Amino acid sequence: MNDYIVDHVEVHVCMGTAGVASGAKEVMIALDEEFEKHGLKNAESKERNCEAKQTGCRGLCARDVLIDVYIPGAEKSITYEHVTAEMVPTIVEEHIVGGNVVEKWAAKKDYFQFYDKQKRYVLADCGRVDPEDLADYVKHGGYEAIKKALTMTPEEVIDEVKASGLRGRGGGGFPTGLKWTFCRGAKTDDHKYLICNADEGDPGAFMDRSIIEGNPHAVIEGMLIAGYAIGCDEGYIYCRAEYPLAIERVIMAIKDAEEAGYLGKGVFGTDYNFKLKLKAGAGAFVCGEETALIASIEGERGMPRPRPPFPAIKGLWDKPSNVNNVETFANLPNIILKGSDWYANIGTEKSKGTKIFALSGKIKSSGLVEVPMGITVRELLFDVGGGIPKKRKFKAVQLGGPSGGCLTPDHLETPIDYDSLIAAGAMMGSGGVVVMDETNCMVNVAQFFLTFTQRESCGKCIPCRIGTKTMLDILDRITTGKGREGDIELLQKVGEDIKTSSLCGLGQTAPNPVLTTIKYFRHEYEAHIHDKKCPARECAELIDFVVVNERCKKCGLCKKACPVDAITWEKKEFAVIDNEKCVKCRECIVNCPFNAID
Amino acid sequence: MAENEVIETEEQQEFDPTMCDEICAKYQDWPGATIPVLQETQDAYGYLFPELVERIADDMNMSPHQIYGVITFYAQFYTKPRGKYIIRVCRGTACHVQGSGRISEIVKEEFGIGDGETTADVKFTLEEVSCIGACGMSPVIMINNSTYGNLKPEDARKIFKDYASLPDEG
Repeated sequence: MNDYIVDHVEVHVCMGTAGVASGAKEVMIALDEEFEKHGLKNAESKERNCEAKQTGCRGLCARDVLIDVYIPGAEKSITYEHVTAEMVPTIVEEHIVGGNVVEKWAAKKDYFQFYDKQKRYVLADCGRVDPEDLADYVKHGGYEAIKKALTMTPEEVIDEVKASGLRGRGGGGFPTGLKWTFCRGAKTDDHKYLICNADEGDPGAFMDRSIIEGNPHAVIEGMLIAGYAIGCDEGYIYCRAEYPLAIERVIMAIKDAEEAGYLGKGVFGTDYNFKLKLKAGAGAFVCGEETALIASIEGERGMPRPRPPFPAIKGLWDKPSNVNNVETFANLPNIILKGSDWYANIGTEKSKGTKIFALSGKIKSSGLVEVPMGITVRELLFDVGGGIPKKRKFKAVQLGGPSGGCLTPDHLETPIDYDSLIAAGAMMGSGGVVVMDETNCMVNVAQFFLTFTQRESCGKCIPCRIGTKTMLDILDRITTGKGREGDIELLQKVGEDIKTSSLCGLGQTAPNPVLTTIKYFRHEYEAHIHDKKCPARECAELIDFVVVNERCKKCGLCKKACPVDAITWEKKEFAVIDNEKCVKCRECIVNCPFNAID
Repeated sequence: MAENEVIETEEQQEFDPTMCDEICAKYQDWPGATIPVLQETQDAYGYLFPELVERIADDMNMSPHQIYGVITFYAQFYTKPRGKYIIRVCRGTACHVQGSGRISEIVKEEFGIGDGETTADVKFTLEEVSCIGACGMSPVIMINNSTYGNLKPEDARKIFKDYASLPDEG
């Protein structure tokens, strides 16, 4: 993080969604006020010129608001965490004016540990560049890659991408260069379209949002490169409507790039034309599937259609079209600038480069990380993510969202690359990593994912529409204590049928969370069905809500947590739950440090 | 029920199609403009009531059933009035494992509304959404465009109470 050189004092404030929600705007305002007060807004003077700059997400959302202070000539930048507007006067006075770092608020070793094993190439400028300022992106080397690409032939660009080994980051992992050749080779009498899939619908995934919010011009530059290589003259960024900040920044970035002559007719004075538009989604998960996404851009119900014909032959408005994910595009400028050899050196034999993951759930450092392919699950969760909070035990990790699968403590040494994950029963997916500890019930997790896919099933094909509903009904009865003998086998049978006979990726992968949890946590399903018990004590209907005196340490935390005063407790006494008053909200269980409530 | 009917009749009497016509005119030459047209008209009028949908269909030279096909497919088109404050409770995976189900329950306890429902005074609407994409600070809710993260259930209750006590003007 120290290769960023400044000629005046810059304070970078994280203004991603999480930053703003934690009060980043107030911090920005406070910084400006303090600079004003100390006469530090003098653009003429090097020493007296301080700038508060908004940047995108730098990853560690759990510690927002994060600010980085860059002082010319200083050995390294200083990061402050959990910053509030009230802390700003002290930071400005002591550190920026006085030259003494405010140690008590400065990030310590545990903060930097989060970055130690990361390799931030795609995210390099997230957290450094002002996403709403084209000039700032250009200042940091932006739009150099497309200039270089324009000196090459389109075939050379494709060969370079092929040689880099880049595979699609949306989940499938199809080689990007190869995909492009299909669309490049397709015949058309007028247009070819390039589509950026920013319909990041997997619950638990937010890397595409962070890239767009943090560095929208990198995505546009990537699209310019791809459009040139394939021969597209029009592009769409399809962004889900749930990301208002991302949409706002893309619209602004497109407008600025058009005005600068980077987009539109005659890109950089060549005869390459590329027009780019944003389309906002309207809330449908299935639109992440490429044929459904195309139907949605056309203004129809976003339902998938059978392939072939593939979009490369017959896509948007029946013209040849190429769809890639946000992260795939964001990788391209680096590949072109630094070369395929540089890129192919990162990662494993079959999975090149880095991958961005969104760590969340029961993990200390939740946030956005970029790591080289091939890192192990253990390194990702424990070295980068900092492990499980509250001294609880790691139980499972869900990779690949509702299409993926769960991995267990036995898989900690599995390298994270496309092929190893498939072999282990999960998948890369778009990169959501949700960590679960011993208090999470795996049957409940499976039920949760299926509730999601069932609700998002578009209804076009029967296996997905009816099959997921059948599976959900079975899971509902298991988690409410009405499970029957043979239910597990029935789930497996129906699950396999849905996988083989559904029309699109949504249905073909929907049973995965159920099938992998049965594979690795069958005993939990059995406990629900046979003993009518939820071992993780998450399924409220299967919990008795009684305090087990052998484990109760008489601390009284459960009484404090109870919203309906159903718990009686006195100092040095065991807590007692009044089942008449209890509403089974589980607050006592969540807050008990000793797992003393059954 | 009676209240809802009153609202709809008022809406009928007051319906001024000018904004709708302007929006549709703007998109006349756009291929596949149905979704942006619906998004903008919904923003302008609050929700998509039958007279409005028919007007859009006329303006766009489409049949109302085509428009309804699109409206009913996407989660973010609404055919009923919605509250002044939209409470979006994130039910994504990360929020789920951090206990967001309880937050929906608290909305029910405070306002008596479930997913997709609106209070009788049209002040609050509850929407359970799949993922807001702020998993790093789960569990998360949004109220209109403000995001609140790392919520304990009782923090959420306090936020709801604060909104409920806001004056009704504007």
